[in-house]
Amino acid sequence: MNAPNSLRQQPDERGHFGDFGGRYVAETLMPLILDLEREYRAAKTDPAFAAQFDDLLEHYVGRPSPLYYAERLTEALRESAEPGMGAEVWFKRDELNHTGAHKINNCVGQILLAMRMGKTRIIAETGAGQHGVATATVCARFGLPCTIFMGATDAARQQPNVFRMKLLGAEVRPVTSGSATLKDAMNEALRDWVANVHDTFYIIGTAAGPHPYPELVRDFQSVIGREAREQMLKRTGRLPDMLVAAIGGGSNAIGLFHPFLDDADVKMLGVEAAGHGLDKLHAASLAGGAPGVLHGNKTYLLQDEDGQIAEAHSISAGLDYPGIGPEHAWLKEIGRVEYTSITDTEALDAFQLLCRTEGIIPALEPAHAIAAVAKRAREMPRDKVILANLCGRGDKDIFTVADALGVAI
Amino acid sequence: MTRLAAAFAKTNPALVAFVTAGDPTPDATPAILDALVAGGADVIELGMPFTDPMADGPAIQAANIRSLSAGTTTADILSIARGFRERHADVPLVLMGYANPMLRRGPDWFARAIAEAGVDGVICVDVPPEEDDALGPALRNAGVDLIRLATPTTDVARLPAVMAGASGFVYYVSVAGITGLQQAAQASIEEAVQRLKAGTDLPIAVGFGVRTPDQAAAIARVADGVVVGSAIVEIVAEHGIAAAPHVTDYVRSLKDAIETSRIPA
Repeated sequence: MNAPNSLRQQPDERGHFGDFGGRYVAETLMPLILDLEREYRAAKTDPAFAAQFDDLLEHYVGRPSPLYYAERLTEALRESAEPGMGAEVWFKRDELNHTGAHKINNCVGQILLAMRMGKTRIIAETGAGQHGVATATVCARFGLPCTIFMGATDAARQQPNVFRMKLLGAEVRPVTSGSATLKDAMNEALRDWVANVHDTFYIIGTAAGPHPYPELVRDFQSVIGREAREQMLKRTGRLPDMLVAAIGGGSNAIGLFHPFLDDADVKMLGVEAAGHGLDKLHAASLAGGAPGVLHGNKTYLLQDEDGQIAEAHSISAGLDYPGIGPEHAWLKEIGRVEYTSITDTEALDAFQLLCRTEGIIPALEPAHAIAAVAKRAREMPRDKVILANLCGRGDKDIFTVADALGVAI
Repeated sequence: MTRLAAAFAKTNPALVAFVTAGDPTPDATPAILDALVAGGADVIELGMPFTDPMADGPAIQAANIRSLSAGTTTADILSIARGFRERHADVPLVLMGYANPMLRRGPDWFARAIAEAGVDGVICVDVPPEEDDALGPALRNAGVDLIRLATPTTDVARLPAVMAGASGFVYYVSVAGITGLQQAAQASIEEAVQRLKAGTDLPIAVGFGVRTPDQAAAIARVADGVVVGSAIVEIVAEHGIAAAPHVTDYVRSLKDAIETSRIPA
């Protein structure tokens, strides 16, 4: 299925996606990164590993997730479109996974790798807390101790997830350095890792970090796109015309996009968080950043002219990161995927639109994707099909949304 | 002979002293660098501040924040280096930092700019040998030494890759961890230095967690250089713009211990 000129054969043997990616880590971590790569190569060709992964995804996570035609949303968008316009909107329902988001797919894969490598302690970073909860979940499932690093600012605004992680037996360590958000949590996780390389496995939550993380996270999340491709063909006998997904680090998007990369007729749209607007505080690294090196990989970063990393902002804590996975940086450069951005306000509108038209409360992350879908669907003919990834549910976000709408709960 | 080679060719092991550029302000740094030299530092390691110093402990993280809060820019660091070179013709100056500030305007720009400012070498925490292309060729073209890091996790099989393209000296990070916290056992340092010596002719300087004159002396007995960073940075944190005399006194105490370390008791 991979043609010689396939877009699905990245990265190269050094972990580079074109100019991006790589292994920009301290020497202390380098031997471990190389070990991880060897172990991942072996796991990738081991049917027993695949069987265990698939079994857990089916019986523990609840896969395959449904493919859903959003009929009332489609109709609502058609009402405000020109005659004959208004593409069909379909959702991949990854918000129905155990723990409520796509994050668990990757955590299941990585904890199996950790155990394969004989590691006995797990660390992870988390922004909104979804990856932290997913990591704490698989650690409870397999009986491994786990420490979650979370920016103190994020911990304060995501108390329910902090409590969830603690219920699951994780130690949650608030990080007060820097801006006390996701990037600082990642710095602190790297500091812990470098001091505990002998027994500790770092479960990175997105398709970023040093090689082989972007590749292995993508591979574990690609179950989203593989299922969606098969389900769409089975249900409609055709492929979608456009895929849409929200992007912070970009793991749900690359998971959806990757299996379709060689389907030349399938357009793809990645949606970054424009926060207060691209001319103000935002988290759109591709739209407003420049290539640089952070957290182990070369990619687009929000930074100043001296290479100091800028603060990101999004109403969605899961998109509030000043970088992006390196494969997205490459897909932007080669023009295979189009990237756009959606503001906090637009995401809030889309959040409410989906609640009322479909009875689905989405997380604020996919609310960005839905906002982009709403714009595009109106500009596409009725016989076209858009497939968006509903990568998380919004229970965690109701307090943030209430606050933004000026409602006291 | 380069300034770095000359510094390591002295009778006694070299004292490599680290401070963060622009801490507490860019204007205060020249006097602090002069204080390091006055105390007897043989090599000056000037930290380039970064918003995300992943390999550093609390002391140097705080120094980075103080420096950036004071508005330190890359231009300020180049100016500090140029001024130092004008005042100290023979003392080697090494920049230490993270890839992103170094690569922001391209590796060739960076290498040329620092060479013109009189910088002798660069230590980049997050450009391992596997990513040498990102920085190594530019530095070598500009005649700036690329100082590689070796760690307790760098095994014998990996050593040749680490040494390829390295010059100036090798910085042995004696603990697997971040800067400024704990010190490695003397026996493990000795073993590691011997392991590294088997793989390179470059001088070996040992750092991470070195605080007291006794610790410095113990390392000086087995290595070609001793790196001290966080302990000096803490003095700067305590005394701010008035830190210079305190820095000199402290560095002098380390230097005295190193100079007498190889004299049989």
